[in-house]
Amino acid sequence: MNMNITPDLSVTIGRLTLKNPVMTASGTFGYGDEYAEFIDLNSIGAIVVKGLSLTPKAGNPPPRIIETPSGMLNAIGLQNIGIDAFVREKLPFLKTIKTPVIVNFFGDSIEEYVQAAERLSGVSGIHALEMNISCPNKQAGWSIFGTDPDVTFNVVSEVRKATDMTLIVKLSPNVTDISLMARAAEAAGADALSVINTLTGMAVDIRTRRPKLANITGGLSGPAIRPVAVRMVWECYRAVRIPIIGMGGITTAEDAIEFILAGASAVAVGTGNFISPVTAATVAEGIGAFMKDEGIGSITEIKGGIQC
Amino acid sequence: MDRLFTVSVTENRQLIENHFLLTLHPRKKIRRPEPGTFFMLSVDSGLDPLLKRPLSVHRWLGSDFQLLYRVAGKGTAILSRRKPGDILEVIGPLGNGFPLKQSPKGAVLVAGGIGIAPVFALAEKLSSQRPLLFYGARTKQEVLCLDGLKRLGVQAVISTDDGSLGTKGSVINVLTQVASENPDMLRGQTFYACGPEPMLTALSGFAVQRGMKGYAALEERMACGIGTCLGCVVNTTGGYKRVCKEGPVFALDEVIWERGKSQELGGRQ
Ligand SMILES: Cc1cc2nc3c(=O)[nH]c(=O)nc-3n(C[C@H](O)[C@H](O)[C@H](O)COP(=O)(O)OP(=O)(O)OC[C@H]3O[C@@H](n4cnc5c(N)ncnc54)[C@H](O)[C@@H]3O)c2cc1C
Ligand SMILES: Cc1cc2nc3c(=O)[nH]c(=O)nc-3n(C[C@H](O)[C@H](O)[C@H](O)COP(=O)(O)O)c2cc1C
Ligand code: FES
Repeated sequence: MNMNITPDLSVTIGRLTLKNPVMTASGTFGYGDEYAEFIDLNSIGAIVVKGLSLTPKAGNPPPRIIETPSGMLNAIGLQNIGIDAFVREKLPFLKTIKTPVIVNFFGDSIEEYVQAAERLSGVSGIHALEMNISCPNKQAGWSIFGTDPDVTFNVVSEVRKATDMTLIVKLSPNVTDISLMARAAEAAGADALSVINTLTGMAVDIRTRRPKLANITGGLSGPAIRPVAVRMVWECYRAVRIPIIGMGGITTAEDAIEFILAGASAVAVGTGNFISPVTAATVAEGIGAFMKDEGIGSITEIKGGIQC
Repeated sequence: MDRLFTVSVTENRQLIENHFLLTLHPRKKIRRPEPGTFFMLSVDSGLDPLLKRPLSVHRWLGSDFQLLYRVAGKGTAILSRRKPGDILEVIGPLGNGFPLKQSPKGAVLVAGGIGIAPVFALAEKLSSQRPLLFYGARTKQEVLCLDGLKRLGVQAVISTDDGSLGTKGSVINVLTQVASENPDMLRGQTFYACGPEPMLTALSGFAVQRGMKGYAALEERMACGIGTCLGCVVNTTGGYKRVCKEGPVFALDEVIWERGKSQELGGRQ
């Protein structure tokens, strides 16, 4: 064991180099500004902002969230301020920090995805795009973008033609075989994959006999889904060559390293930010400490290092 | 000043069944919490319960502060077992608090059930005005803070569902009675309220009818408490607003009271 090394935590995702592999998961970090008073935003690898669409979305009626054992269900309904307001009101602040900004976006149709990608491309201060093809909250039937490999291929191909920015495709776990979706996204030109979005779930109030969420179903996140997420990262890792950003229930550096060993190049902290606003920063710090302890020179050394 | 800090529990005193007064000592200097603002409190360091729980400031003691809470479920039950010396992580103070400049003539406080927790904080702040308080609870036993209210010189009009203390009936019944017997008493005054949603819905109707202004501290389920998850929204005339950020205090006539009578959100009572 060599205690004197300064571990190299940097990772490469498409054309983006991150100083460490810890990002924030979309929808759990707002547009970054609210967290500035709690953590040093320059201490994390990248900030992924709340999912944006061409026009603002009001989202679902409340109650929108409910806690479940070691997890939570959410049915926010993709409420967002829209791309234009983001660029005008939120991006100026994000430009004042050094951490790369990844914009998560979605659309209701292939055309909307393409237009959103065009609108976001080349905007100064945006460093990569993450396409959400997997949110289970929307009722318009568009969750098929993420659950049918042919549709996934089509929408990603069209977006690929519309942008030359680093394009990350965020996969849905609500499928029988996630490796098919991973391959489809890779074949369509994705630079990287985010794995996983929330698992569709439901909770019932047994006294009123009504669903606890106004939307009836919601997306499950948090430590409860971590083993599923690790398994899916591993399945994708075996199926594709592009980098994978692993997420689902990460609250500690140990959790993050589990994902990296299963094949993730980077990780994202989502629900963990709600448990404590410093979680992403402590995960990044903890990975460095672990590497020192174990004498690991570069984080890329252990990527996919699981021995089955 | 930092809004993320740890506290040590000084005292966690049971007042009556399921109701506790928690005194916390912040381990660094924190911002003074204004009445109506709240803290997100981790009741345990493990992963279940996972999220912090929102609790309103009840009393500010200079550097220590107190929360008054009702055991509503898993999280608050665990909190009720916390012992002096236990360390908890807290974020806050959060939210906007009651706007006071808006009440040129005077404030009328309205509390239902555990809604007295933040309303007491406001009563303490306004004590020099000897504010009027309409306070409803289920039974005499559940009427909290009576000594404190007396000490502050608050003119408290109590009502209980079973009539075991004060007037029998709801706060709104009492208000209606007062308004008809002594209309001048309420004219031009501003309501500051916290309580179960059906009470607030009725109060809003009462205020609108009489052309009175008012504000209420609302509750919604929260994950982050700082405006990022968009989980805590309430429907208003200006669209969905975040209870943790734009609230928890909203103008009565701004809120679209949808879940009024049927709502099952536990609430304050
Ligand atoms: C801004 C704000 C200030 C609050 N201040 C106080 C206070 O000073 N004193 C006090 O006793 N309570 C207060 N509450 C309510 C308190 O946060 C909830 O009772 C608590 O979070 C329930 O957690 P639990 O794990 O015990 O219950 P759970 O097991 O999660 O739920 C039990 C019951 O409580 C309801 N509930 C859960 N979360 C909330 C919530 N956020 N708001 C309302 N009902 C909820 C559920 O619908 C259910 O009926 C406040 C809530 C908010 C949003
Ligand atoms: C409240 C909330 C909002 C979310 N919003 C989005 C979103 O807008 N776009 C998206 O791609 N994923 C969204 N997600 C999914 C997360 O980015 C992440 O993939 C998922 O929660 C799993 O990670 P976690 O267990 O660490 O939270 C959201 C999750 C939560 C809990
Ligand atoms: S609790 Fe997250 S936005 Fe209000």
